[in-house]
Parts: sequence; C-alpha cells; structure tokens
Amino acid sequence: MATLLNTIEDAKARDICREHGDRPDELLEILHSVQEAQGYLTDGALRTIAHALNISRAEIHGVVSFYHDYKREKGAAQTIKICRAEACQAVGANDLISEAEKHFKTQLDGKSAGVALEATYCLGNCALGPAVMIDGELYGRVDMKRLLSISDNHKGREA
Amino acid sequence: MSVKVYVPCDAAALSMGADAVVEALESAAPDVKIIRNGSRGMLWLEPLVEVETANGRVAYGPVTADDVAGLLKAGMLESNDHKLCHGLTEEIPYFANQERLTFERVGVTDPLSLSDYQTHGGLKGLEKALKLQPQAIVDEVKVSGLRGRGGAGFPTGIKWQTALAQDQDQKYLCANADEGDSGTFADRMLMEGDPFSLIEGMVIGGRAIGADTGYIYIRSEYPHAIRTMRRAIHIMEDAGWLGTDIKGSGTTFNLYVRVGAGAYICGEESSMLESLEGKRGQVKVKPPIPAISGLFNKPTIVNNVLSLAAVPYILSKGGKAYADYGQGRSTGTQPFQLAGDIARGGLVEKAFGVTMNELLNDFGGGTRSGKPIKAVQAGGPLGGFVAPADFDMAMGYESMAERGAMMGHGGLVVFNSDTNMGSMARYAMEFCEIESCGKCTPCRIGAVRGKETIEKIMRGEDQVKNVEVLEDLCDLMETASLCAMGGLTPMPVRSALKQFPEDFMGTASEAAE
Repeated sequence: MATLLNTIEDAKARDICREHGDRPDELLEILHSVQEAQGYLTDGALRTIAHALNISRAEIHGVVSFYHDYKREKGAAQTIKICRAEACQAVGANDLISEAEKHFKTQLDGKSAGVALEATYCLGNCALGPAVMIDGELYGRVDMKRLLSISDNHKGREA
Repeated sequence: MSVKVYVPCDAAALSMGADAVVEALESAAPDVKIIRNGSRGMLWLEPLVEVETANGRVAYGPVTADDVAGLLKAGMLESNDHKLCHGLTEEIPYFANQERLTFERVGVTDPLSLSDYQTHGGLKGLEKALKLQPQAIVDEVKVSGLRGRGGAGFPTGIKWQTALAQDQDQKYLCANADEGDSGTFADRMLMEGDPFSLIEGMVIGGRAIGADTGYIYIRSEYPHAIRTMRRAIHIMEDAGWLGTDIKGSGTTFNLYVRVGAGAYICGEESSMLESLEGKRGQVKVKPPIPAISGLFNKPTIVNNVLSLAAVPYILSKGGKAYADYGQGRSTGTQPFQLAGDIARGGLVEKAFGVTMNELLNDFGGGTRSGKPIKAVQAGGPLGGFVAPADFDMAMGYESMAERGAMMGHGGLVVFNSDTNMGSMARYAMEFCEIESCGKCTPCRIGAVRGKETIEKIMRGEDQVKNVEVLEDLCDLMETASLCAMGGLTPMPVRSALKQFPEDFMGTASEAAE
C-alpha cells in the first residue's frame, strides 16, 4: 500500500480531479465521476482525491457517508432501484418490493452478488407508479412480471 | 411532404416505452418526420403520439410499440380514428381546461430547439429585462405577487430586493431542482420539456440581483433532466444568451449544473448551499439568511425551478397580467401534480383557487383502482392528509393552511380505501429517520422514537399512554427542530392520527378497557 503523501495511487481519480480544477467545492461532482468510472469509491481513490483537493480524508469520509448515492463497496452485477415513496406505495410498491425480495432471494438495501434491490425515494414518475430505475433508465407501472422482463433486458444489454 | 409526428422524450413517456414507439415508427414509416417533444402532462396517456394536421395535432395514446403497425394501417398519419385516438390534443378537456403560463410550451416545442422556443414566445421576457434597470425588474416581480413555489411561499420579489440591496461584487443565484417530494414532478417536466425557460428566468434573476454566476442543483434521480439542462445551457451559450456581456447589455451570467447525491434534505436551502460547496448537506442556523450571506458567504438567492420559470412570463406580459390569475395573496398559477392511485394522473396548471375536488375528480377522474379515495396527501412527505370531507378546499397558500393542509410544491398523492393510515404515519417518521441531516436532536432522535412509538401503538401496547408520548414528541419536533424536515414531519403523523385513529388502534383497541 502506498503511504507516501505525494504518491498518486489512483491515476484515474487524479485526472478527474484535475478536470474539475482541483476545486474542493466540486467534490460531489468528482465523486460522481469517479464512481461512474470505477463502480464504487475505493480507499485509494478517496486518498488521491483528498490529496488533490487539499482537504482531509475525514472531510471526504464525512461527505461520502452523508449521501446515499456513494458506494464504498463493489455493487451487484445489476442494481434495481425501486421507489418506495408515498405515491408509489399508494399503488402497491410495497407488494412489489416483497415479491422482488422473494424472487431475487435478497433484502431491500441488502448485499447481493447477482441482483441487488435498492430503495429510492421518488423518481419523479409519481403518476405512473410503481416506478423503477435500472442503469439510469426509468420504468413506470411496474409489476413483478414487468420487473423480470426489464431486468432480463438490461442483463442482455450488459452481456 | 412528410407528416410530422411528435413522440415525447419526457422521462415519464420513456418509462412507458416512448423510445420503442419511435423505433417502430421509424422502421414502419421511414418518411415520417419524428419530433421529440416534452410531455403534455397527460401522463396516463403516455406515450402520447401526436400527428400534425391542418387543424392542430391529433393525439393517440397510450401507444406501445406493438400498436404502431395497427395505427399506421388504420391511417394514423391521415389522422384517422382509432380506439387510441383522442381527437385534437388541445381539445381534450383535461388539457383545454388548464391555464398554462409556466408550462405554455412544454409538450408543444422541441425542448432543445432555440428557434422553436423563440417562435413560441421565448426570450421576450429576457429581451425586455436587458433594457430594464435591476430595480425595475424586481418591481415587476413584486407586482406579480409571485411566491416561492418550493413550498414556503415567500414573496420572490421581496427576496430579490434583499439580495439587490447587498453591496457586494460577488452574488449567486441558485435554482433549487432537488424536487424530492413524492408526488411532484413539475420541475422535472419543465427541465425536460422547456429548459430554456428556466435559463431565461435565471438570467433575468441574475441581472435583477446583480449575480453573475448561477447554479442549478438537480437531484441525481433525474438523469434525463440533467442531460437536457446541460445541453440547453451549451445551446444558450453558443447563441450568446449566457456568458459575458449578454447581447451587449453589460449583464454577465454563467450557469452551471450541479448534481445532488441522493439526499432529500438538500432541498432545504441552507443544506443545498452546503452541498454546492462540496460539503455534507447539513442544515445551517438562520440568520444570516442566504440573501445576505449564502454560498461561499456571499449574497445568494435560492429559488425553486417553478418560481424562476414563471419569471419570463411576468417580464414579457407584465406582473399585473400574472397577478390577474389566482385568489387573494396566492396570485398566478400553480402547476399541480396528480399522483398515486389516480385514474388520470399528470400535470394540471391552474390558477390558485381551483378546489381539490375539481383537481381530483374533474381532472383526475377519481382513483385508478376504482376504490374510493381514503385520503390525499398534499404538499409532499411533510404535508398533512386530507380526508374527502375537506375536498371542497380551495388550493392556495392561505386557504389550505386554514384547513390544516399545505400547498408545498403542489403535489397531490391519492390513497385508496385499502390504505392503513397508521402505516403511512409510521412511514413519515421512518422517512425522517432516513433523511434527517442529523444536525438537530429533535429531528435525528425524534424520528426514531416516533417510529418506534407508532409501532407500539399499532401493536396494541399501552395505547393511551403511547399516544400521549407521541403527541408530546410531535410538539417537541414541531417547536424545536431547525428546519422543516423535523418541524413538519409531525404534520402527516398528527393528521393521520386525528382523522383515522382506528388505523392506529386496530380492532382490539384499549379504549374498550
């Protein structure tokens, strides 16, 4: 493990910081970009960002742990975000979640290697719930049958 | 001549397969000119395909990719009748009975065509504003009576006046597009369907208060809106409507998109400003108010997307024309959003004063499931539940507050008779637990204890005493929380408890003892 202060551990993260002018106020954007490139935020990436922006690792940890979007571990092969806010609950989101948990043998927000289910609070598709998002694509009026077909469709595209 | 066909690129339309419809159309009828517009807001009809005719656009919906062959065979391109045909879009009562000012162009134009935008009245407000002194712009907004559409309802003109009065070189203008309330999607639809109107409103606001830098803080759950806004900013920059010395007016305004990271609390303005500085989105104590000391300790105005998007109309048609709509101190129009278990869900822009009943039944058509409405949550997760007996209430800031309800961002979430309101109250506390920024104790701890106490009541443990504990806790949260998150979470809880006690107590109620 690199320990020297001036060692760049993560060249990609370093480049991304540079693209943002090494500005601390762009930390959220930088974290988004690094996570998009690498899937999750590694210790090395966070150390590199801290060094580049000249802020402490504690500050970065504070930010990363505050926001739901940032992941510190490698995610599942596929993550299905299911909305469980009020408007989707009103049209059966909770039933959809239970069925999906049973089918994919995992818990909402639990760990899973294959398909992970993640709770989200409003995707802005409140007139067409239950709403689901996979890979940034939004789906409306999702029941279990539709969820399985969407999930397979995305797997097909990833493969 | 090729027929023009409109298929929305709005996220709601995409969520029902609009892209597949486009693919099917392109392969079956390659001569057709397809235009991707925003959504007309009749979301139950999405994807809503429109065919241009001499009399206007004829609507077909909801269209799936599988319907395309049949529609073409039935003569859709000649606007022939079909079971999915609804006649002229603008004669559909849901659409015809609205008063569209802010959403005038949404669904009509190609969102990223600047010439479309100008053909339909865009940039007139900004052209006028560039000839006015800042004080004259602020005065026009004051005349309109425009109030913050994010929920607090603070007069926009007065807010701007405060920032204008600050003698500082650097000021900021931020658009709050962290539309986290469930049941609301108007900001998203506007950003995806008419992004230039938000930009135009922001440039006008920047000139008014003397800010040369603007940020649009968009939640990460809205990837389509983020993409559209970023493209729209580039187009406006290239056309000289953003940047240094805009059209020789001496006004400089640079605009940037910032993406949130999944924290509901960042919709609160002080938390949003912290987030824009790259920090944890923790709420700050006021005063100082942001208009005096906000982003990077400089005077900063944070306005909701809908407030800013109303500004071009106010400048081009005059504040008085806007104030002619509405009722009492609630002037102008509100884009209402019908969501949850509703037959005709979507966006309805109406002048304030329309009743909840008109929105739910005349526009919304009652529940989609056919079950009776049990309650409606107005104003997002922090708004109270309204029972059918109160559906005669007029929609306005004051008229709703009188009945214990809240305008919020104009969303209405409909719950049917199957809903257990005790569970919804529990969820309100759970949501506060998940999304609390953790800065103040009443919210951080109160939400956890509130959830536990509601669970105890619902299990039948010491119900009378636990209701007392819950009421006491709600008092504390309301009076001692730093911001609206902790302060208003008791609103849905209390309104559920008051109106639907049986849903908490169950059949084996202690009251029988």
